[in-house]
Amino acid sequence: MMDFWIILTAILVASACSILGCFLILRRMALVGDAISHAVLPGIAIAFLMSGTRDSMWMLLGATAFGLLTVFLIQTLQTSGLQSDASIGIVFTALFAVGVLIISLNAQHIDLDLDCVLFGEIAYVPWDTWTLGGNNMGPRAVWMLGITLAVILLLFGLFYKQFKICAFDPAMAVACGIPVLLFHYLLMGMVSMTAVSSFESVGAILVVGMLIIPAATAYLLTHRLGIMIGLSVAVGIVSAVVGYLISYALDASIAGCIVSVAGILFIFALVLAPKNGLIARLARRRSAAQVV
Amino acid sequence: MNQTSTKNAPLTVNGMTIAYQRKAVVEDVSFTLPEGKLIALIGPNGAGKSTLLKAILGLVPSISGEVSIYGDTYKKMRSRVGYVPQRESVDWDFPTDALDVVMMGRYGHLGWIKRPGRKEKELAMNTLDKVGMADFARRQISQLSGGQQQRVFLARALVQEADLYVMDEPFAGVDAATEKAIIALLSELKQAGKTVLVVHHDLSTVDEYFDHVLLLNKKLIAAGPVNTTFTPELLHETYGGKLAIVSSDGKKALVGE
Amino acid sequence: MLDWLISLWSDPNTRWILLGCMLLGLGSGVIGSFTFLRRESLLGDTLAHAALPGVCIAFMLNEVKSASLFLLGALFAGIAAVLCVSAITRWTKIKSDASMGIVLTFFFGVGTVMLTHIQHSGSGSQSGLDKYLFGQAAAMVTSDVYILMGVSVLLIVAAILLFKEFKLISFDPGFARGIGLPVGILEHTMLILTTVAVAAGIQAVGVVLVAALLITPAAAARYWTDRLPVMLAFAGLFGALSGASGAAISTLGEGIPTGPVTVLVATLLFVLSLLFAPGRGWFSKILRHRNLKSTYAQSAERSALNAAEGGTPK
Repeated sequence: MMDFWIILTAILVASACSILGCFLILRRMALVGDAISHAVLPGIAIAFLMSGTRDSMWMLLGATAFGLLTVFLIQTLQTSGLQSDASIGIVFTALFAVGVLIISLNAQHIDLDLDCVLFGEIAYVPWDTWTLGGNNMGPRAVWMLGITLAVILLLFGLFYKQFKICAFDPAMAVACGIPVLLFHYLLMGMVSMTAVSSFESVGAILVVGMLIIPAATAYLLTHRLGIMIGLSVAVGIVSAVVGYLISYALDASIAGCIVSVAGILFIFALVLAPKNGLIARLARRRSAAQVV
Repeated sequence: MNQTSTKNAPLTVNGMTIAYQRKAVVEDVSFTLPEGKLIALIGPNGAGKSTLLKAILGLVPSISGEVSIYGDTYKKMRSRVGYVPQRESVDWDFPTDALDVVMMGRYGHLGWIKRPGRKEKELAMNTLDKVGMADFARRQISQLSGGQQQRVFLARALVQEADLYVMDEPFAGVDAATEKAIIALLSELKQAGKTVLVVHHDLSTVDEYFDHVLLLNKKLIAAGPVNTTFTPELLHETYGGKLAIVSSDGKKALVGE
Repeated sequence: MLDWLISLWSDPNTRWILLGCMLLGLGSGVIGSFTFLRRESLLGDTLAHAALPGVCIAFMLNEVKSASLFLLGALFAGIAAVLCVSAITRWTKIKSDASMGIVLTFFFGVGTVMLTHIQHSGSGSQSGLDKYLFGQAAAMVTSDVYILMGVSVLLIVAAILLFKEFKLISFDPGFARGIGLPVGILEHTMLILTTVAVAAGIQAVGVVLVAALLITPAAAARYWTDRLPVMLAFAGLFGALSGASGAAISTLGEGIPTGPVTVLVATLLFVLSLLFAPGRGWFSKILRHRNLKSTYAQSAERSALNAAEGGTPK
């Protein structure tokens, strides 16, 4: 049963991140995802301090707001003329520093281990349960992630075409009368929500890894957005399950193993992809050389 | 120019000024487009042609000036405007095919929730056929040539079924076949009573392809029918010293920059 | 306040750490200016995360904690990571931001697996490897500080000696190649210097925050000048100020970590520059924009007046 909850948590993180990741890498915002997942830390820390508990709703709201603040600050710096990568770097390191400082200064009030900020402690997920009216409702993380995934599926189900055109051609989207900024912040809000609800269980690094690696793997394998999303989720889930099994065998960090497996799957795709893979390219080059 | 025609003209711009940071890029531009004509917007590099188009469509903010489209604000008349951006403005590695890109042109008409269905697909397919791209409908867009990509963009604007089309350098870097296809399409649009504003670079083809010209170099130098406005004097004023006019066998050949 | 400063200086260990952090800030600020101008700011972040497996392997091979070995491990891992990033960007349609993200998380994930494996296997508890994640300058011993200072001096000297070449490859690599500069070698030299800066910085401010030492002072310096030597000087000054304040403030209390304080001081300097720098700062920009707007508002009024009086605009 313990294993079940841990694997379920990992699968929920992987699914939520893999869907969002496709849109992040297509919009060239992979590193904004990285920034958000670090920058929600002060939100989580402040929510801890204010509510004094691990009350999920507080944390989800407070920290998601910080994610959006990150996006807003990055954008403000960019429009003021600073290069985008420098804007990202300045904003997320500053916010992460605030988070670490709050946690270190209030170590006795905040039940949050700094190490778990980066790696999370997915192994503790089954013990941290949510009780409603005296009934044990199962692990809290599973509930938070479940709600997040439901929100993602609902929004993409309703507004798939808007998210797609905003990613492909934002100027065209504006000209069509689609509120591009709204969908931008919706996407960023979902990334923040995912980062927050995954934070304690899997840590910042796994969130970033799951946002970028499965989506990039799928990007190499297909020419259709719908298929890309499906493949990305599949890569994410396979990494989650296999990564968990390997971590068990190696007695090592579950989050680290999951990201490593995703990375290895990416390398496979890189080498073996039918059209874009290195082998296919080499073969094509060789045959082209023979023709000449 | 009489009052009624100005009022419901496809596009009227009044006192438009656009500035980036320190400098004005477009300064106090006012004009009215006549209905049912092909209009070229020409001027040297950095004259603010693309910027002006983008400001008209609300894609970049302007410091001052008003835009009216068919006598109303752009916001209300959005569905009557079809925009063809520069080809470089999108990522052609995006996982999608030609047909899908063309269907995006219908998104504005579909409303918030509705997804493109069979009707949209048929329309998109017919339009691709019209631009000679039906065979490439399922081709991933990065595998199309520059000219083919441009035709896909045109098809996407056509399915919008707009009345005013705004095109940013549709002829840039396309092959001869595509250029011919675009011209055929433009005259078809004109036949149907549509108005087309095109940012154009090749001065030698202006009098052949277009009815009207707008000459822009930060300020609007002149606007009017090709035969009265597209004159060496006004072109000199627009391009400054960067223009050479080579005249041989009675035909004008103009070399910009 | 003064007592506190005096007490900082009188304790030899604190004095060394203070000096070390200051020099580190100075060196990173100078090298960071070049990476900033080359629009490679986030390379530092990638290098820092990628260093973890290198550090772990260095530990596993020797079973001892040694700052110089860790530095070597981080250097090799960082170079491997950068090679991976450029390979992915060159060979696939994946853009550079995503390839950095992939390499960063993959290396860090592998590093995490190694780290937890070491920690769970007994000898790891004394390894001090976990210090690498968040950095704690106060925990540095004298030999660590010597290495830190040596590295920083190396960075500064290299930046001064190769100033003209670095300037050219940051501004226009194509032209640099055209006039016969060995651009490839220079780019690799700069990369190695950046990696060294990151690897040295990790111990003081930690994996996640070390990128800020490269980016934030350089970005702040950019607001004050349009001239590269002046920018380097400002960046070095801001970096040194941040490093010294970070080390000094963290001596105030038991739980105050050096890294976050350093980064926040740097961010404060950045915000001040962003708002108040003459010429490029926010306030002077707003002022200029308002002037421009009012000029055109007047001219628009005039032309509207003309139109109302029956004059037709051309």
